[in-house]
Amino acid sequence: MFDFISDYDDPSLWGAFWMTVKLTFFSGIGSLVWGTLLAAMRVSPVPLMRGFGTAYVNIVRNIPLTVIIVFTSLGLADIFRITLGAGDDVKVMSFRLAILGFIVYTAAFVCEAIRSGINTVPLGQAEAARAIGLNFSQTLRLIVLPQAFRSVIGPLANVLIALTKNTTVAAAIGVAEAAYLMKTMIENEAQTLLIGAVFAFGFVVLTLPTGLFLGWLSKRLAVKR
Amino acid sequence: MTEVSAAKEDAVATGELVVLKGVNKHFGALHVLQDIDLTIARGEVVVVIGPSGSGKSTLCRTINRLETIDTGSIAIDGKPLPQEGKELARLRADVGMVFQSFNLFAHKTVLENVMLGQIKVRKADKKKAEEKARALLDRVGVATQADKYPAQLSGGQQQRVAIARALAMDPKVMLFDEPTSALDPEMINEVLEVMQQLARDGMTMIVVTHEMGFARSAANRVVFMADGRIVEEAAPDQFFSNPRSDRAKDFLSKILHH
Repeated sequence: MFDFISDYDDPSLWGAFWMTVKLTFFSGIGSLVWGTLLAAMRVSPVPLMRGFGTAYVNIVRNIPLTVIIVFTSLGLADIFRITLGAGDDVKVMSFRLAILGFIVYTAAFVCEAIRSGINTVPLGQAEAARAIGLNFSQTLRLIVLPQAFRSVIGPLANVLIALTKNTTVAAAIGVAEAAYLMKTMIENEAQTLLIGAVFAFGFVVLTLPTGLFLGWLSKRLAVKR
Repeated sequence: MTEVSAAKEDAVATGELVVLKGVNKHFGALHVLQDIDLTIARGEVVVVIGPSGSGKSTLCRTINRLETIDTGSIAIDGKPLPQEGKELARLRADVGMVFQSFNLFAHKTVLENVMLGQIKVRKADKKKAEEKARALLDRVGVATQADKYPAQLSGGQQQRVAIARALAMDPKVMLFDEPTSALDPEMINEVLEVMQQLARDGMTMIVVTHEMGFARSAANRVVFMADGRIVEEAAPDQFFSNPRSDRAKDFLSKILHH
């Protein structure tokens, strides 16, 4: 019944899901870093930074992901010749461009999750930090953000799960990940329902443990007050 | 510029540590601090009392600029309070602050709470910082709790850790903003005893409190505030037995006789 799976080797089923994992991993790291910086900007005392952070989030999170991903390929690569050091290797280029697009998009959601976490940290924590002579960035890095992160592991898990599934959009610019292979299979095979079920199951296998693990982690790391 | 250097000379000459001159502050339409002039000498213990909303906590918080002021000047050890930034952070490190709600760093252990400022602000060696932190925790009587998190401690223990955290910076002056107001009655004394010991050791202290017993026994001077003004300043004996202003008489009659 599952014979058709072994008929594909460019990419294979494992290869396609491995690509999904790689996209998720690099985009996840990148959007956590960029999203944290954006959140820091949004609470900073410098009006220019606050303005930039606010504008960024409100613009980026309201653009469809497909538009962003397609733009990285048709806009950045084709018009502006930005290939992120991939040269003529189209596969590597679209992989990198897709990750860039996912980071740009997901960071807006990470930023807002972290910012809501910052709001859960009592004002007195920052006051006490300033009172012993820590400057703004030390207060944020050592006191506020560590507590904020712990309170938003749950919401961040949501963002990460959404990101995992969003990576399917990369198929639009030819990245050979799971959805790309699924489309090819559906075109060639008769077992459409079965193919759909296989890929749906694959994504659940990827995201379910992520959610469970992060849920456990958020309970474990919760800051007791 | 001339004013600054004049203030500096004053400080050296007279041992004035904290000088507030003509300080005014508004919260919206509310004039919370009105023309406050207050000078605190090195080694002096000043207790600020007064009814709720009289501006005493705000006064305390302006001294390390957790609250900004509208007009007037505040100088610490001859230096006027700088704007927000590096200079201010340096100055705050010299001014210890103890809050009503303790504000221990909730994600760090008691020991880490007391080490953090030494390492990050004073750039102390980690080992030395730990030694000092343990010694201070011992001094305030919570040495056995060093590896616990703040939430695992009683209020009185937390407040004593907060005092140790402030002392770890070797402050020139300590500000106490109603340090016992959030405590259960049986824990108030353990905190007051630590504060009394500090006072005996010669620490300069500004204490906003409702603890009249502490004011009587530890203060060099009582400052009575009402409606954003300093109404009366006197030695504790004189203030409690023979207050001059009607406002102070009224206040004392309400709190001393139940």
